[in-house]
Amino acid sequence: MSPTITTSSEAHGNVSAATARAAASAAATAEAAGPQPVTLAKALNTALVDAMSADPTVLVFGEDVGTLGGVFRITDGLTATFGEQRCFDTPLAESGIVGMAVGMAINGMRPVIEMQFDAFAYPAFEQIISHVAKMHNRTRGAVKLPLVIRVPYGGGIGGVEHHCDSSESYYAHTAGLKVYTPATVADGYRMLREAIDSDDPVVFMEPKKLYWSKDVLDLASLRASYEESTTPGLGTEGRAAVARPGTDATLIAYGPSVPTALAAAEAAALEGRSLEVIDVRTIVPFDDDTVCESVRKTGRAVVIAEAHGFASVSSEIVARVQERCFHHLAAPIRRVTGFDVPYPAPKLEKYYLPGVDRILDAVDDLQWED
Amino acid sequence: MTISADHTAPRTTTPGQEAHEDALAEAVKKFGITVEDYMLPARHQIQMVAPDGTLKPKDEQGTEPGHEYPVPGDEELLAAYEQLVVGRRVNDQNSALVRQGRMAVYPSSHGQEACQVAAALCLSDGDWMFPTYRDAVAVMARGVDPVQVMTIFRGDWHGGYDPLKHKVGIQCTPLTTQLLHAVGVAHAAKLRGEDTVVLAMCGDGATSEGDFHEALNFAAVFHLPVIFFVQNNKYAISVPLAHQSVAPSLAHKAVGYGMAGERVDGNDVVALLAVLDRAVKLAREGSGPLLVEAHTYRMQAHTNADDDTRYRESAEVAEWRAKDPVTRMRTYLTGRGLLDDDGEARIRDHAETVAAQLREGLSEDVPVDPQDLFRFVFDRQTPQLKEQSAMLADELARDAAASTEEAGK
Repeated sequence: MSPTITTSSEAHGNVSAATARAAASAAATAEAAGPQPVTLAKALNTALVDAMSADPTVLVFGEDVGTLGGVFRITDGLTATFGEQRCFDTPLAESGIVGMAVGMAINGMRPVIEMQFDAFAYPAFEQIISHVAKMHNRTRGAVKLPLVIRVPYGGGIGGVEHHCDSSESYYAHTAGLKVYTPATVADGYRMLREAIDSDDPVVFMEPKKLYWSKDVLDLASLRASYEESTTPGLGTEGRAAVARPGTDATLIAYGPSVPTALAAAEAAALEGRSLEVIDVRTIVPFDDDTVCESVRKTGRAVVIAEAHGFASVSSEIVARVQERCFHHLAAPIRRVTGFDVPYPAPKLEKYYLPGVDRILDAVDDLQWED
Repeated sequence: MTISADHTAPRTTTPGQEAHEDALAEAVKKFGITVEDYMLPARHQIQMVAPDGTLKPKDEQGTEPGHEYPVPGDEELLAAYEQLVVGRRVNDQNSALVRQGRMAVYPSSHGQEACQVAAALCLSDGDWMFPTYRDAVAVMARGVDPVQVMTIFRGDWHGGYDPLKHKVGIQCTPLTTQLLHAVGVAHAAKLRGEDTVVLAMCGDGATSEGDFHEALNFAAVFHLPVIFFVQNNKYAISVPLAHQSVAPSLAHKAVGYGMAGERVDGNDVVALLAVLDRAVKLAREGSGPLLVEAHTYRMQAHTNADDDTRYRESAEVAEWRAKDPVTRMRTYLTGRGLLDDDGEARIRDHAETVAAQLREGLSEDVPVDPQDLFRFVFDRQTPQLKEQSAMLADELARDAAASTEEAGK
């Protein structure tokens, strides 16, 4: 069940037209009985509704999240359902939003805040690095910060400058933050609920180009299986998923790169190569076991990510995998990442982003001639 | 305690805002002043006890219509004086410990003890305080154990007390960032219908930081019970106030956010308590945030590591020595017959007890546990940290084994 990829017209069209279509699509996908096509945006929205219903200390705030329901409509309807005290707009000030969330978490709330686009989170960087990440440690665990910072990230939407960055490396590098990134609709629901229920601060990176991707599933049974699960350690934190089994090589990807990796695996299959695709899901904590089990089995690996490759999460994955799997490797591990250039303008985007062809080229380079 | 799900149509005022606007409208009507007059500070700083220890006539205290502050009661003033003496002793004892090499650094509030003490005494038990790195005396006056307060300078951990237990934030090193935390704490309390007031402390330099602006704006827009207490000690390390801001005063900044500001003589604990007590009362009654600017002076260098002769004249420092907050209060209370030799002796003993606690607590070699590096990073530890913890444990075990072997030879 692979998610529907956006049409190329949506990918290259402007953001606001696409969000209007997403809103209409989300509205049309009312929660009916049995499996229905559900978008990632709807799954995230439902997760917020369910989390806020389950726990009165869960609050949602940020810019435009109230009346408007968020520029991507992820918080649509929350103010109408839960009131202005639980879902509200703040003044335009990212550091203020995160800093106030820290204070609310100190005093018994579970804030789920939204940064409008990932590059716009940078004014909040000091609060995130110096306080969100360090408070638990600084107070020897006396003060927990059960907050979630939702960040739409990644490109492939033909956006204006600053609307397509991938900033996950900064957060992954910061000790004291957990970093989650769902790539499927079901994981969008599960992982957001898990992030909210976690007593650790979670930076929740949402692949914005996948907001209107659809999957057929039953939200009610997804909710039931999340809420009724009593076995600890079976959540998504620290557990990567095998998105597609294979035998010849392992593609390791997360977030917006997962559908691209799956498409590459599909194309490779037509050429007789069986590629296993691992969806990392939580960058921090990283699932060394699942990833390495796959690489030891296949002996070859390619890491795929949109972010600039230098000093990135993909660098970390390569380092960890080669440390643990060196003697099982038939070839060096390859990376397919964005170039080390600022994210380009829409017309140059396709040269920058890891695409199926570039991934298949990297796979071809894995020294098969033995 | 649940958060009310009641809501009205978007963009209407909350009951608190209506109360505020009523009080504002009432003050405006009663005194025939404008809203700006109410929000802007009084034309002169509020000062009740002059530097020489005499009480100023009522009409010379700086008060005006809309800016009136009742003089605090005797009990509160005596308690404040005791804390002033203790605070001065704490500052001097800590500075001595630095000179003796038992502490690496101490940012002293010597000369600012009136601000420190008033900041603590104006708050009730359920209220919160958010201090900076220079506010050790305020945190101790709030009741936190002196040695716990000094932990951040002792070198074994970045925080020494439980913020939730004491309702005091950990002393904040980056400037102003804790003002936003103060706003969040107040917001959460308000949502639960509690009457908590939060005192957020910062200095003159800190008012230039972006988070100062964002915190005041958020507090005002959400109508929160936060008192922004600005200790204007005239210097941000070496940078004087004139290079920090050219606002008519720091209290003037408040009106831009739609809140009231007031200026106080920061070395007059009587005036400070008068203004802060009233500010806390107003905030608790729902009139929203307030800014109080205290004019004081940083009598010593930024820390022991700073050489203040490089940027200021000793004549300026001497001028402020004459305005000392402790001697002023001693003179005032003695003159009023509220303080006698017995009282002084008892207070001096109290101060010496605290000094001894500091000497003891900061001289002992506090053992550190290297595994603490990993214990408190997360609520739910990651496999990666478990691995690193095991690696360090192994390294230390091998070191221990090697030195035992060496010792045995």
